[in-house]
Amino acid sequence: MSQTLTLSPFELALRLGDDALTLSHRLCEWCGHAPTLEVDLALSNIGLDLLGQAQFFLNYAGELEGAGRDADALAYHRDEYEFKNCLLAEQPNGDFARTIVRQLFFSTWQTLRFQELAQSSDKNFTAIAAKALKEVTYHANFAAEWVLRLGDGTKESKRRVVDGISWSWRYVDELFIGEDAALRPAWEAIVRAKLAQAGLEPPAPVRGITGGREGRHSEHLGHLLAEMQYLQRSHPNAQW
Amino acid sequence: MVTDSPTLSARILALLATVPDPEIPVISLTDLGIIRELRAGNPPELVITPTYSGCPASIAIQTSIRQALDSAGLTEVQIKTELSPAWTTDWISQAGREKLLAYGIAPPETAQDRLKFKDTAPAICPQCGSANTQEISRFGSTPCKALWRCLDCAEPFDRFKCI
Repeated sequence: MSQTLTLSPFELALRLGDDALTLSHRLCEWCGHAPTLEVDLALSNIGLDLLGQAQFFLNYAGELEGAGRDADALAYHRDEYEFKNCLLAEQPNGDFARTIVRQLFFSTWQTLRFQELAQSSDKNFTAIAAKALKEVTYHANFAAEWVLRLGDGTKESKRRVVDGISWSWRYVDELFIGEDAALRPAWEAIVRAKLAQAGLEPPAPVRGITGGREGRHSEHLGHLLAEMQYLQRSHPNAQW
Repeated sequence: MVTDSPTLSARILALLATVPDPEIPVISLTDLGIIRELRAGNPPELVITPTYSGCPASIAIQTSIRQALDSAGLTEVQIKTELSPAWTTDWISQAGREKLLAYGIAPPETAQDRLKFKDTAPAICPQCGSANTQEISRFGSTPCKALWRCLDCAEPFDRFKCI
């Protein structure tokens, strides 16, 4: 199924790149703080995959824009309102359970999104999507395994994962605005099945919070960017 | 300067067979299967592909290739990174698999084996050959590996993730 883009390819590349970039930054905040060394490695590795994806999407966005901006320029020299990532990706990590639920929701969405993108008529998009698909499938599996352990674990781990689900659920609607609406039934089926396996269920419907795709972000993105962009803003074009 | 491209291609492949992977120096860049083709033209382009999108070794790999080409007098050859078709562990050479095993890393199964076993296949312990093994961590010391342990000889080991 080849899709008709109502978004410009530039805008699409920016969205997908910003999603990967902001969540990559969040995951790397866990480095040195995760519950175990294995989880530390896992979250950093997922962050690294996402950073690579962000670089591909943002470089392509820069190419499409044709104004001489590359991935670094787009990552380090844009302000909050110019970022088009979903709100879910920029949310603070919270505890480990919140991070893992966010990952299950996001990686499942990315898997479906990239499956579709891999069929696109734009060969730059298909190349990035086909490559990233191998990575995000693995991320979704990792997150699902942890949701199972936490949900089917102790009273405390279950309490925390239930909190993680209700925290992240408010940001789910935004993943399916516009043409992404068609992905929702498949996403719900996968996520509900994973939650059910862990003895969990989605919360009662809530009013979703949206705005990230239009550049209206939560207060958290500004703090994230302050840290991420600090060096390039203070010393523009500094190199290793 | 060599203009005949099959000769040039063979020469570059032989050259890069001596360049080690920066993270797993026991195998060469050609063993790893990331050297895709030499595209004739002016200048000729050497097409390479990354293993993982965010693999931190990518830059080091490009630098090593550049150095190897330059020191062999092939300064005109340009390096081009392409994502498609996406790298798969099936491109790791047979020699590369044997070197990994000897080094203590369980090599990835081939596509055929994967069809047989799906995801459930246990890793084979590179120390004692036992299939009585267990995954410790889905992610390991580099993006391309997972961490396992052998329940017979009790050694932990890296396993190449199959993608």
